[in-house]
Amino acid sequence: MADVNRGKRPLSPFMLGQYYKFQITSGMSIAHRLSGIFLVFGAILVVWWFSAAAAGPEAFARADGFLTSWFGIIFLLLPSLLAFWYHFLNGIRHLVWDMGKGLDIPTVYKTGYAVMAGTVILSLLTLIIAF
Amino acid sequence: MSQPSGFRTPRQRAQGLGAAKEGVSHWWASRLSSIALVPLGIMFIIPFADALGTSHAEVVELYAQPFHAVVAILFIGVTFLHTQQGLQVVIEDYLHDKTIRTAALLANIGFAWVVGLLGVFAVARIALAG
Repeated sequence: MADVNRGKRPLSPFMLGQYYKFQITSGMSIAHRLSGIFLVFGAILVVWWFSAAAAGPEAFARADGFLTSWFGIIFLLLPSLLAFWYHFLNGIRHLVWDMGKGLDIPTVYKTGYAVMAGTVILSLLTLIIAF
Repeated sequence: MSQPSGFRTPRQRAQGLGAAKEGVSHWWASRLSSIALVPLGIMFIIPFADALGTSHAEVVELYAQPFHAVVAILFIGVTFLHTQQGLQVVIEDYLHDKTIRTAALLANIGFAWVVGLLGVFAVARIALAG
């Protein structure tokens, strides 16, 4: 009774999308970790911006000009803002869960969609403040 | 003992430190830094976004104000504490080789201190030297 498929069966991560229906519960959990990792780069950019400002007007103009260029806005600033507000709002959602509240499935979906909508709204608002 | 926790000795159960031998201390410290970052994040990001794309003189004027300087320093400090705590969990989850994991955990602590202090020093320099 040799298991001919041993080692050839698709395992958990490869099941996603193909055989496994994606839910916002797992998706948002993964996104929380990914946004947190991405925010490390955002935090480095903030430190770079402050260091440039501390170094003087020329260094500041270079750093600030890069971050507020079209390239900077699309590839650095907007993704950082989206990651910041997502991690911020979903983090509050996690803190509420830690208090044992809002853990039933309908509430989890409601707060999940609220976090997604809030992320987009707050990111756009922050961009408006910036420019 | 017939309770589900019967596999543990009464002393281990009383200490409540579990398999990681540090109990819930890391988990609790991460909650504290995340709670602190809620008000700090809002107080930091709004003036910061406003200062983005302005002149060097305006940025210096903003962070020369004690309130904004202290908020920025606290935000950067707690952010890198929280970053270190969060990345530690990621490293512990995915890196299984003991040597690589230990090296990554040490690098993570060093990274947080170095970049975090660079940020704190930069804000302090703007605030104090102008």
